[in-house]
Amino acid sequence: MPNKSNLILNNAIVDDEWTLVTMPVVEEAVKKQAGKVVLFKLTGEATHTAEQIANTVIPCSGKILVPLSVWMARREELASRHTAGELGIWLDTHELLEDLASAIGDINSLPLIAVHVERFADGRIFSIGNLLRTRYHYKNDLRAFGDVLRDQLFFLKRCGFNSYLIRADRSAEDALASLQDFSQPYQGAVDINQPVWRRVNRQPAPQ
Amino acid sequence: MYKYDEIDQAIVDERVKQYSDQTRRFLDGELTDEEFRPLRLQNGLYIQRHAPMLRIAVPYGMLSSRQLRKLGDIAKRYDRSYGHFSTRQNLQLNWPKLEDVPEILAELATVQMHAIQTSGNCIRNITADQFAGVAPDEVIDPRAIAEIIRQWSTFHPEFALLPRKFKIAVSGTKQDRAIIQAHDIGLEFYLDNQNKMAIRVWAGGGLGRTPILGSVVREHLEWQHVLTYCEAIIRVYNLHGRRDNAYKARIKILVKALGIEEFSRQVEEEWQYLKDSPNTITEAELERVAKHFTKMPYEPLPAHDSSFDSAVASNPAFAAWVKRNTHPHQQPGYRAVTLSLKTHGQAPGDATSEQMRIVADFADEYSFGELRVAHEQNLILADVKLSDLYPLWEKARAAGLATSNIGLLTDIICCPGGDFCSLANAKSIPIAEAIQMQFDDLDYLYDIGDLELNISGCMNACGHHHIGHIGILGVDKDGSEWYQVTIGGKQGNDASLGTVLGPSFAAEEMPGVIQKLIDVYVRERTPEERFIDTVRRIGVAPFKTHVYGEKKKEAVHA
Ligand code: SF4
Repeated sequence: MPNKSNLILNNAIVDDEWTLVTMPVVEEAVKKQAGKVVLFKLTGEATHTAEQIANTVIPCSGKILVPLSVWMARREELASRHTAGELGIWLDTHELLEDLASAIGDINSLPLIAVHVERFADGRIFSIGNLLRTRYHYKNDLRAFGDVLRDQLFFLKRCGFNSYLIRADRSAEDALASLQDFSQPYQGAVDINQPVWRRVNRQPAPQ
Repeated sequence: MYKYDEIDQAIVDERVKQYSDQTRRFLDGELTDEEFRPLRLQNGLYIQRHAPMLRIAVPYGMLSSRQLRKLGDIAKRYDRSYGHFSTRQNLQLNWPKLEDVPEILAELATVQMHAIQTSGNCIRNITADQFAGVAPDEVIDPRAIAEIIRQWSTFHPEFALLPRKFKIAVSGTKQDRAIIQAHDIGLEFYLDNQNKMAIRVWAGGGLGRTPILGSVVREHLEWQHVLTYCEAIIRVYNLHGRRDNAYKARIKILVKALGIEEFSRQVEEEWQYLKDSPNTITEAELERVAKHFTKMPYEPLPAHDSSFDSAVASNPAFAAWVKRNTHPHQQPGYRAVTLSLKTHGQAPGDATSEQMRIVADFADEYSFGELRVAHEQNLILADVKLSDLYPLWEKARAAGLATSNIGLLTDIICCPGGDFCSLANAKSIPIAEAIQMQFDDLDYLYDIGDLELNISGCMNACGHHHIGHIGILGVDKDGSEWYQVTIGGKQGNDASLGTVLGPSFAAEEMPGVIQKLIDVYVRERTPEERFIDTVRRIGVAPFKTHVYGEKKKEAVHA
């Protein structure tokens, strides 16, 4: 039996055409603060070493989803893949969109941008999605991956994501259903940019 | 007050459905504790010391009699027949069963209520002046905008998982009663020189472990822009607020780290992109919502009522209640009434199901079927005729709701503390009760006059101890419960944070310590001075000397 895909694109479960490129893992000193393990990196914090970037293995064919810092350091090597439409870029929630924008001439030359969320409670992913769509006018596929669970999908969708790689131990079918949790959201956001009072003529409820 | 239309109703109904399914998945083991946690928290459900605690939203403190009856009913059926009104103007149930919560939410939805975002790292319930719409010093009734903000913040997708909780308060009066400087965002409404509704925007205030009063981010904001401006503030916070340390994650820490100038610069820069975007409020929408907050159909009455005047003249107990528990009103012939939930010897802010039912009846009979929850943990009937005050007082007295102590030492603001809350360092309710017992003589209380005493069971400061004229904080020393005392805190336009008196005390010392503080005040005060004024004039030192003087001597002998 083939491995079942856990990738949602728009409103359907599809096979993943993209190969995720990750950096080699290095022993990271566990940071502790007030007796607790630090769970989130600060926005803008540099977290990859030059060595990690240099040692990242990039498959030589097919569609590849490459870390932002690898693209920034190894652009020349990847340029032809980019031109061929085989290059997507992913970033972590603590990485800066300014870096992405300045590292790529036309953001819409990327068929896919993905945002990695290490822990589902990290709501920076929502602002990142929103900014990519509204500030950087990114129009192609925007994917969330990492600790992606069904109870965040509705929010992700409203923030401009249209693709979700559901965490491997969870069912993508169940997750699909949650995209329909609410029928008429109050506020304007990325997907429906008009707030409810501009969309419908609101009448007082019959008493 | 605001009444739901089909859209509002659909949202709470869909939430009930969603949350029922989340609970089912948790009970079936499909969701881990850690995964269920933010889901239940965003629905106001904590797991507490003895049982879960459910916090029900009372938006900006407004309730209808029908809603209060339902709350009393729910407390009876699913809990132990009482509830606790909190300093966030919400209602907390201390003993519901986790598996009953979906059913409770379904019940709440039938009276246009919910528990959405009453907890968790998201935008919480909006709080307001309990006298909004009736206070004589009100310039703008902020409730319509508060309701618009409530809707906008409900399931705001970008701000669903902030670094930490986020609290917004609104106020439109000359004298601030909503503690806007102690909120993540405080919105102060005023009329600008064109006579248009404008907002002074405060940010970065908060109590808790690091108490900080807010700073002004923008002096003048046209009301249409309030949502987009809040989006700019919260976006800067969402991206840059600390997530690595829960104690440093509130917006106040970010504002302090950046400095208010730099923080404001970033907000303004962000806002340039958001300004005039579709979430800009239209005149039509404000008008639609404001229709729900028009003045009550008051009777035209003279400013005086002879039956009321003679009752005040002949009945000192009634006169005392009128003095302490009723408040001036915009409309001649009307008063606002505070029903005290601070009966001596009872947990501050608690009301039984029976009391809720009775208060709902009072609201129907005397106050257009509406009431409010004060952040000082009392209930308010906002629109009572002078001629109704006496019969209301008699009935309230019979129900244990007429203690004439509003604004006095025994009108204690107190969090649930160690009796219920799993975060507590120490119990707070028994301290409140002991102080209420010590100061049981009403005449003496009147002589002491206006005094706010706030108690929190831990650094989270739910009892707002930093802004109490006297603040008491439960601390943990080697596993036992101690209490640190601050004096000189104050809410209002001239808000200040209290100063720590000195080393902490054991529980049994507390009534004596309070007594000594009062003694110094009574000795030092000038005729017009309230406790807080004396503290501000003479400083902390004389209080300190008197409280610790004898203790020190003992220590020397030992
Ligand atoms: S102040 Fe502390 S003890 Fe009191 S309710 Fe809040 S968290 Fe619990």
